[in-house]
Amino acid sequence: MALERKDLLGLRDVSAREIEEILDAAKTLRGILEQNTKKTPHLQGTSIVTLFYENSTRTRMSFELASKYMSAASANISSAVSSVAKGETLIDTGRTLDRMGTDLIVIRHPMSGAPHLLAKHVRASVINAGDGMNEHPTQALLDMFTMREHKGGLRGLTVAIVGDVAHSRVARSNIWGLRTMGAEVRVCGPSTLIPDEMEKLGVHVTASVEEAVEGVDVVMGLRLQLERQQAGLLPSLYEYANFFAIDERVLRLAKKDALIMHPGPLNRGVEITSAAADEERSVINEQVTGGVAVRMALLYLLTRRKYERAAD
Amino acid sequence: MNGLLIKNALIVNPKGKYKGAGDILVRGGVIARIAPSIESNGETVIDASGLTALPGLVDMHCHLREPGFEYKETIATGTRAAARGGFTTVACMPNTDPPADTPSVITFIRKKAAEEGAVRVLPVGCITREQKGKELAEMGALRAAGAVALSDDGMPVADSHVMHMALRYARSFGILLISHCEDPGLVNGGVMNEGYWSTLLGLKPITRAAEEVMVARETLLAQALDTRVHIAHVSTEGACAVIRSAKARGVKVTAETCPHYFSATDAFVDGFDTNAKVNPPLRTDADVAAVKAALKDGTLDCIATDHAPHHIDQKAVEFDVAANGISGFETAFSLAYTNLVKTGVLTLDQLVTRMACNPAAVLGIDGGVLMEGGRADIVLVNENENYAIDASGFVSKGKNSPFDGTEVTGRVVHTIAGGRLAVEAGRVVI
Repeated sequence: MALERKDLLGLRDVSAREIEEILDAAKTLRGILEQNTKKTPHLQGTSIVTLFYENSTRTRMSFELASKYMSAASANISSAVSSVAKGETLIDTGRTLDRMGTDLIVIRHPMSGAPHLLAKHVRASVINAGDGMNEHPTQALLDMFTMREHKGGLRGLTVAIVGDVAHSRVARSNIWGLRTMGAEVRVCGPSTLIPDEMEKLGVHVTASVEEAVEGVDVVMGLRLQLERQQAGLLPSLYEYANFFAIDERVLRLAKKDALIMHPGPLNRGVEITSAAADEERSVINEQVTGGVAVRMALLYLLTRRKYERAAD
Repeated sequence: MNGLLIKNALIVNPKGKYKGAGDILVRGGVIARIAPSIESNGETVIDASGLTALPGLVDMHCHLREPGFEYKETIATGTRAAARGGFTTVACMPNTDPPADTPSVITFIRKKAAEEGAVRVLPVGCITREQKGKELAEMGALRAAGAVALSDDGMPVADSHVMHMALRYARSFGILLISHCEDPGLVNGGVMNEGYWSTLLGLKPITRAAEEVMVARETLLAQALDTRVHIAHVSTEGACAVIRSAKARGVKVTAETCPHYFSATDAFVDGFDTNAKVNPPLRTDADVAAVKAALKDGTLDCIATDHAPHHIDQKAVEFDVAANGISGFETAFSLAYTNLVKTGVLTLDQLVTRMACNPAAVLGIDGGVLMEGGRADIVLVNENENYAIDASGFVSKGKNSPFDGTEVTGRVVHTIAGGRLAVEAGRVVI
């Protein structure tokens, strides 16, 4: 069991077979989280570095715990400023980590494409933990993991993604992954938050939340950053909530057993109401557990890769 | 010096009397004679059998980076790269350090070019002091020092009032303003063209309107003032339409595009290739088609390189922070020949008009023609040679090209600049 790839930079180029393999491995490894002794030797002798240029709580914690549960040596670098502002290039930082014997680097970066740049210049495997507005593949994998657990499979599901699609790497990765797995995706948000030519990514863009949610299997909210209002993309969060929030009224239009999802952290009362987030169909907390399992699977599968390491 | 004799060339010379098969005799920096057959008399003979002789190309928009950014390019290296690309005259933009907003910088560039340059260099001065878009530069003094035109290239003159006054003041001196059209508010931090690819890659988009609203502004200001304006590096379908309609109304607007706007699209950015990061950004297939059509119908008068060499350190970084620009001298002719002449958009005669005759006319300089008594600026090209572009072999310090590895047709073989053989068989020899 291993992935025949060095890096996981996004779901755009990941096949259905690979996604199935990752989700299957996550299902197996999730058992570890239910044990009293959450420790396995899967990653013993492996070193993993998380390199975060942007704040993160759940993604970072779940990678760290995944490494620790599986006995990897792990270290963390966090930098509020970009590598450029810090005065060292990303490539140089990557080479330094390489020379310390790092097997796998988990990177989060505010600029789209940064993990791709890093991956090109290091021997270590690279996992993208979110780059700018581009991709957040491990989030989409955990979302699909959660959907699959509840729905048995992904093919034929209809998923509505509601909110700030333009700035969302979660949305992009979910679109790639869900389309690859044969699900249908609808997206909805105010026009300023829907990027140009979105339909060409193979999704259906709807004008209203009601239309997006009608009859779907999954309703996924996206986090709305306050700075979108400051940037002039929205008049107010109040108006946003009035027209685009996922609330109980909107959820009545979805299938009776539709899942309610959100990558977190939640802006309660903005993109999703508390009533919607906390109702029984909500799997928001379960997503977090799936996140650890999916990351355990990825750390395992990538460090076990049969990939021929290129010479320096 | 006994001069040069070019034998057996096919002469393509849109503005000159002599066209067709013939020989060209060069003596003392000028063309002494053009005739069907000239006997050699001790001159260095260049056998141009199978080659086409064109007037030396004129690039009205490039960056030589000196003074201030000599690690990216110098006048010495940049003009050699220009010669290798078939250019014998280049107009260099003023965004140096210090910027060319004073006569002393213009004088420095001219002096340096005279000492170290391989081709004629015509410096462009700034429109505003330090290119800040606030106070006018000393246009009269810049003109007197030898500035061929004025531009804040790289930085748009954002304030419409400042541009209005600049055009009005420049009119007093008959000096041409070249406008870098880009509304900074609409750019809003974007790094690539807005469309399918920006959506797919999650890179901050730049709407085409950022360019188009300022092109519209410049044409309206020029119309109101009944004065000239030149639009730099046109890249969108909409900008072509605005210029076309302005020309139809009799507005004194001229415009240029660059090889990358008819040879590449925003799909080149895939993989976050920083060599495809340029300003204005690479656009879409529809824009490429519109730019070609506008070159064909004369809406776009000129092809300029916008040669923008960068050091690898400014490109081997995250896309958002990578420098804008393409090293363009050494690929311009081949890209134009391949994508315009081979495809039937332009005849070679029309291509030469847009790469030599029109830029010379817009700048109001001699050149762009092969004629007896005229400057001996001649380029010999092989129209049938196919090759793959190799950026590592550029003479320019800037190896930043999204066309590395691209198969092209039509190659610059020899360049004679001011009577000197600058490039022989594709190699710089001065």
